[in-house]
Amino acid sequence: MKQFSNRYIFIFSTVMVASVATLLSLAATLLQPAQERNLEIEKKKNILESIGVAATRGNTVELYSKYITEGFVLNSKGEPVEGLDAFTIVLRNEQKKPIEEQYLPVFRATPDDGERVIILPVEGKGLWGPIYGYVSLRSDMNTIYGVNFDHKGETPGLGAEINTSGFEGMFPGKKLFDNENFISIQVHKGGADPSDIHGVDAISGGTITSKGLEKMLYDCIKKYNDYLLKNRI
Amino acid sequence: MSDQEKEPMFSAKNFKFFTAPLADNNPITVQVLGICSALAVTVKLKPAIVMALSVTIVVAVSNVVIAAMRKYIPDRIRIIVQLVVAATMVILVDQFLKAFVFDVSKQLSVFVGLIITNCILMGRLEAFAMANKPWPSFIDGLGNGAGYGLILVIVAFIRELLGSGTIYGYPVIEKLGVYKAGYENNGLIILPPMALILVGLIIWVHRSRNNSLIEK
Repeated sequence: MKQFSNRYIFIFSTVMVASVATLLSLAATLLQPAQERNLEIEKKKNILESIGVAATRGNTVELYSKYITEGFVLNSKGEPVEGLDAFTIVLRNEQKKPIEEQYLPVFRATPDDGERVIILPVEGKGLWGPIYGYVSLRSDMNTIYGVNFDHKGETPGLGAEINTSGFEGMFPGKKLFDNENFISIQVHKGGADPSDIHGVDAISGGTITSKGLEKMLYDCIKKYNDYLLKNRI
Repeated sequence: MSDQEKEPMFSAKNFKFFTAPLADNNPITVQVLGICSALAVTVKLKPAIVMALSVTIVVAVSNVVIAAMRKYIPDRIRIIVQLVVAATMVILVDQFLKAFVFDVSKQLSVFVGLIITNCILMGRLEAFAMANKPWPSFIDGLGNGAGYGLILVIVAFIRELLGSGTIYGYPVIEKLGVYKAGYENNGLIILPPMALILVGLIIWVHRSRNNSLIEK
């Protein structure tokens, strides 16, 4: 290999870095609208899945406007806040604020069986990155109607199993409250007792993700405590 | 290019660039590269196959780019150049997937980072593409990706069958009714150490059948 002068090396690296930077920023800017649209569809699809409606990318928007009747925002005391769109609230940004200033989005939906459910978004930490999802509650504000979880980058086959129907299918029918006390849902390593109304099985090999999910449910839903107690039947 | 003899595109020599990494020069079992990602993605067959395909594409394309630039890359900063090319490729692919095939991009999420850090990628760029023309480098990339994928699929098949009782998501063990006879899935198999032990077993079998691989 022939020797290159220092001047050549400097010019080479400058040109390389500049062209790579241009290429990447061009790609990012040009593709952004399509990517944001995909993220919006993905969010609507996840919300729909939490009430058991399986949507495809094609019919998500249509089904969303059919089933999701309303979205509103609460403050930390459980009182409605006017003038905010529940769909555009980014939970991650809210969680960085002090608890008193956080906005809590709620969605209302009416699935095919006529049950009037509310859907609460949740977000927390898994092993490698964020995990998030939607929990829908029956009109008693206590019994879980359905859930949908997703993750940014949990290990496939281990932590990533939280978004399989096998795991999510254990949640419907579980209860959040014991009388007035907020219990949330626990994950049990080695399997939960089927009669346990607050417990589900943890994922083998995915203990940290499972525990993160348990903490996410507790932390996020507890903020709705006052609202849920006030509106329960 | 006049310093090298012109040869047909599908010559025996070029074909060997593809077949050698499948067995005698396998990136995992012989070169022992890319082990980290091999442990992470082999719990189920599906992610293993997705990962194998992604690595194959990225290695082949980066190989071509580096091989085309090889005479202009200053020796002293070649590793940085290789890294920049590989990382750019991966990010570009990721951006396009996110915009046009969102579902695939969701499945690849965790792998994108793993591809950049995959030693096979840097290993092939440094050892092959820096010294060869683009076409043989492309074949070398495909071959190494396939060799990597082969081991991934073997390990993932064993781990999914014994660890979760399924093959590509299909519940084989349950359909055969073996659970009723008291059989249980092996929880140890789905943990990373067992992947390492399985790779070790494959290396053992491979070397016992091919003595030339054993170091003196």
